[in-house]
Amino acid sequence: MSILVNKQSKILVQGFTGTEGTFHATQMIEYGTNVVGGVTPNKGGTTHLDRPVFNTVADAVKETGANVSIIFVPPAFAADAIMEAAEAGIALVVCITEGIPVQDMVKAKLFLQSTKTRLIGPNCPGVITAGECKVGIMPGFVFKKGKIGIVSKSGTLTYEASDQVAKAGLGVSTAVGIGGDPIIGTTTKEALELFMNDPETEAIVMIGEIGGGMEAEAARWYKEQKVKKPVVGFIAGQTAPPGRRMGHAGAIIGGAEDTAEAKMAIMKDCGITVVSSPADIGATMASIIKK
Amino acid sequence: MNLHEYQAKELLKKYNVPVQEGIPVDRADAAEEAYKNLKVQFGNAFAVVKAQIHAGGRGKGKIQGTEQRGVAVGKSAEEVKQIASNILGGTLVTIQTGAAGKLVNKVLVAQDVYYPGPNPIKEFYLSILLDRGRGQNVIMYSTEGGMDIEEVAHNTPEKIFKEWVHPGGGLQAFQARKIAFNLGLKGEAFKNCVKFVTNLYNAYVGLDCSMLEINPLFKTSDEKIIAVDCKMNLDDNSLMRHPELEAMRDISEEDPTEVEAGKFNLNFVKLDGNVGCMVNGAGLAMATMDMIKLSGGEPANFLDVGGTANATTVEAGFRIILKDPKVKAILINIFGGIVRCDRVAQGVIDAYKSIGNIEVPIIVRLQGTNAEEAKKLIEESGLKVQSAILLSEAAALVGKAVA
Repeated sequence: MSILVNKQSKILVQGFTGTEGTFHATQMIEYGTNVVGGVTPNKGGTTHLDRPVFNTVADAVKETGANVSIIFVPPAFAADAIMEAAEAGIALVVCITEGIPVQDMVKAKLFLQSTKTRLIGPNCPGVITAGECKVGIMPGFVFKKGKIGIVSKSGTLTYEASDQVAKAGLGVSTAVGIGGDPIIGTTTKEALELFMNDPETEAIVMIGEIGGGMEAEAARWYKEQKVKKPVVGFIAGQTAPPGRRMGHAGAIIGGAEDTAEAKMAIMKDCGITVVSSPADIGATMASIIKK
Repeated sequence: MNLHEYQAKELLKKYNVPVQEGIPVDRADAAEEAYKNLKVQFGNAFAVVKAQIHAGGRGKGKIQGTEQRGVAVGKSAEEVKQIASNILGGTLVTIQTGAAGKLVNKVLVAQDVYYPGPNPIKEFYLSILLDRGRGQNVIMYSTEGGMDIEEVAHNTPEKIFKEWVHPGGGLQAFQARKIAFNLGLKGEAFKNCVKFVTNLYNAYVGLDCSMLEINPLFKTSDEKIIAVDCKMNLDDNSLMRHPELEAMRDISEEDPTEVEAGKFNLNFVKLDGNVGCMVNGAGLAMATMDMIKLSGGEPANFLDVGGTANATTVEAGFRIILKDPKVKAILINIFGGIVRCDRVAQGVIDAYKSIGNIEVPIIVRLQGTNAEEAKKLIEESGLKVQSAILLSEAAALVGKAVA
């Protein structure tokens, strides 16, 4: 089981022949991911990394049966790539691209509402199901197979959490980097819900940061659930000054509920075990699981 | 990216949004000239001199060491010249600038719009921004203009209205009418307001703004609707398709260290603490700052070196952090994924040697790809660098360094 991707997933790479696309597709293939081909407009009919290249996502889907796509297209064209994949019927689109104009994402998000496509990202490290399928730019070796689900807004913090989980003698089912932009496809709550319904996941690490109301939404949803799996939470940005953009475009403290302090209080109140130091994620999870 | 009021108003005029007219100047005698031109054009004996800085609260703020306000009315050419000469070259301290204030290089000499006429004048508030939760743009407006909108929202939330705009259809005529009705407008003013809101929304979308705030949105005594002040923030991600807007950037308004960092593609934000840090990834960088605080220090900066940490970027990062005399220790925290830790370690060693004497303790935490090799490199380098692999070890070393 696990969530979103597994051994059976057929992956298409949009922006396949570019520098980023080539590098990361190679890494994904080495990890054992079933990459069935790629899309680069005007390079259709050629091959790249021993896989076919198509002009359009629709052509690629027809020929390969791809059901997941990963996007390495430059920011100016990335929203278009998301919509093209959705229009072609791709079930899961993972958009790695950082720096997409916000108004482009406003349109893409609306477009997705009339399709069945789930979007992960943009501006994210992707999704990995340990030992099966890597659809992203994360270092595969960090993710040891196990039963902990990870959902995070941040890339390197996802690796950090996974590494700590492994050092605590546990492992990861699936890790999802949902991205740090103001508008993203899959929210913290949606990822948490997928993990709660996944028989292979026993507990969840939920990593958020300042800005937006997604962690509070996830926490309140969690509180309502009758059957619960343990959740360890961390919010980055306790020391961030208000009104400043901290790398991620979404990480600006604005309203009353989007400071780290407010989010941590809400999460605690909803039954999540909140750690204040990022160094304590793995050990805390281990102590809860063993209880 | 932020724009000055005078720049924002120039842009709004291109979208047929009526604004309080004015002439930006950087010399007092030019301010006098501007006053005369405005008088010929609009026939008003008064003009407003407005300091152009990237911060609000200018009307209440004062030029350091004087009683001169950042926004003041001049009733004659001489008075306008005097005010401009008081403000230009001075440091304006407002509630938003902090105690250090901001140097004023330009003033906008603007038309007086509070002239008497057949009807009462009125000040409103209107802004357009993104509602992240809904993934839609929202127009937020209030009959209570000219004052701090956070205060209005806090004390009288019922006086704040919101109108969400459908991303597909855009702003509809009925929505613009609703806004004008809710502001209590009638007749000519109503029609002018509908046009104003429609054109303003087009400007917001056309310029890829992340925030556009008109406060006050003003009804003149002859029923015109105009923007008296304008705060415009542009979406940095969209500047690639607006080179003409990028060209309006005023670097003198930005922190020089942050500008320097930008040249090396480093994402840097200056803070007030005593422990500098250099991290890959924005989330991990914020988490590292939090950890510094929990270990008894205070973060001196946010610095994300991104996915390409190498000798050049590490050295640039070092130099930028070391400019701050308050820094007592530096923590480098890299989780190597695609980035190899041994390369980062070599970068640290090279940068250290190239800079020469670094007086503060350096703590290097390298984890992930080739972490063991990296630790060995650093230990064998003979440099006074403390090395850690676990985040908890790094935290302990930070605690020791600031104790």
